[in-house]
Amino acid sequence: MSTNNVSITLQNTEDARPIVEAITADNPDATVHHYPAMVKIDCPGHLTISAESVGERLGRDWDPQELHLSVISLSGNIDEDDDHFDLSWN
Amino acid sequence: MAKKIPLKRKYEMMTRGLAWDTTYQDMDDVYPYDKFEGIKIHDWDAWEDPFRLTQDAYWKYQAEKERKLYAVIDSFAQNNGQLGLSDARYLGALKLFLTGVSPLEYQAHRHFAHLARNIRGTGAQVAAQMQSIDELRHAQTQIHAISHYNKYFDGLHDFTHMHDRVWYLSVPKSFFDDAVSAGPFEFFTAISFSFEYVLTNLLFVPFMSGAAYNGDLATVTFGFSAQSDESRHMTLGLEVIKFLLEQDEANVPIIQHWIDKWFWRGHRLLSLVGMMMDYMLPKKIMSWKDAWEMYFEEQGGALFEDLARYGIRPPMHAEQANNEKHRISHEVWAIFYQYTHAAGFHTWDIDDEHKAWLSAEYPDTFDKYYRPRLDLWKQMAADGNRYYNMALPQLCQVCQIPMGFTEPDDPTTICFRSREYQGDRYHFCSDGCQYIFDHEPEKYIQAWLPVHQIFQGNCGGAEIPDVLNWYHLNLGVDNMAYEGSAEEKIWNDWMATRRVGAART
Repeated sequence: MSTNNVSITLQNTEDARPIVEAITADNPDATVHHYPAMVKIDCPGHLTISAESVGERLGRDWDPQELHLSVISLSGNIDEDDDHFDLSWN
Repeated sequence: MAKKIPLKRKYEMMTRGLAWDTTYQDMDDVYPYDKFEGIKIHDWDAWEDPFRLTQDAYWKYQAEKERKLYAVIDSFAQNNGQLGLSDARYLGALKLFLTGVSPLEYQAHRHFAHLARNIRGTGAQVAAQMQSIDELRHAQTQIHAISHYNKYFDGLHDFTHMHDRVWYLSVPKSFFDDAVSAGPFEFFTAISFSFEYVLTNLLFVPFMSGAAYNGDLATVTFGFSAQSDESRHMTLGLEVIKFLLEQDEANVPIIQHWIDKWFWRGHRLLSLVGMMMDYMLPKKIMSWKDAWEMYFEEQGGALFEDLARYGIRPPMHAEQANNEKHRISHEVWAIFYQYTHAAGFHTWDIDDEHKAWLSAEYPDTFDKYYRPRLDLWKQMAADGNRYYNMALPQLCQVCQIPMGFTEPDDPTTICFRSREYQGDRYHFCSDGCQYIFDHEPEKYIQAWLPVHQIFQGNCGGAEIPDVLNWYHLNLGVDNMAYEGSAEEKIWNDWMATRRVGAART
């Protein structure tokens, strides 16, 4: 599997904060870059967003499709289902 | 309570499950456009949308985005948000963005509607329908921004008219005309993959973050609201490429040529964004060079390594584009500085602090090649002789940008390429644009080149005031040097009022 960075950029908003927290907790290799109005997260090879992990931080169920409200950009092949949203390079 | 249908199953039911093959009419007659380009598709059901977005979820999330966006736009208008800008010079970048890009959003809306009707795969139809509606939304939100800024500032009063006529707006216009006049799979490769996936980050992401940094709440909000749709469009772009490459080996060389062509088309178009980032944002967020390294060299590099398994290599002129990251923003600013009397926005002399930033960001090129020119122009302006170039420039036949780019191995020599075709000579700014012409000369000889059209007498007259009149631009109001402009005056008056108000409290 490639170790090139996959990447996701989220808005710097209240909706996105628990997602960023879940990503940093669940992907120890992730690097977070802060810019005006946005947060870019890079991670070698693979990055996962767990619906359960975001839900724990929000205090309610979180549907990975809610990502549509916060995402600005991404890089990598996507795999999405009811419980996760993953990015990877082959 | 009804049991929730799993995402994958729901996507199946609401795409494939709602489609049928025609029987009264031959499918080839119903879908006449998806074979002539030579692309071979054996199994349309192999098309996957990794987001698995279905219409019900689409409308739910888009409605939520619109509620948030219009609350901000309304508040911005109500509270005189334009007064919070870092400086009125920022508006130059905004005017170029809004007049150049907004009509393209509308074109994209129309063409994705066309594709949704004319592609025979259901997954692709649904994705194209959603993108068509997205693009209409982007056009609308940008027109709201135009409407607000037009109340206070110059140059935004007739953007649709200008888009069809003004010389530099022919750069984005002809780019999109080229894409919509291609076949459906070339359009997907051009717009969904090469532009949206590989290059659009450079247009929307650092520039919008820069808008936030410069106090432009309206733009950053529509920009990031649009970009949340772009993430889906980018995914469509990568998916369509992988799908086409997996369907048939014969598709590989066709796709590779389109990637080569549209990468260079996009790179040339984005040189305007490079100028906006390096020269027109009063508060800088990152240089064009850094943005290029982050989004093309790193992210694009990972992408093309991933696609190597299909036999796809990086775009043909990628090395030249990487090489140009040290130059193009400076070269394009020089073009607009000297032709600002024919533009719909102002340019200005660069102050010492800004030059120091450029020098730090471009240590190999700025002091050596570009600072002396900026110093000379500033001195000329101080002497009462601000430089305006009164000769019309040679335009590149393909990208339509004035020929101000330089040789790959020599940043001091203007790059000229030319070809004879059917007895006429055509000129190009680069090897990339010449390569594109060579593959489809019969298409590009039809280009509507603004300078040629002026000389042929099709643009209102022979003198610059006649042409500007025909553009609906007001000479000396919408354009020329920022220093001494009406826009500078009104901005300084507002700021002075604010200082007086602050002193009273």
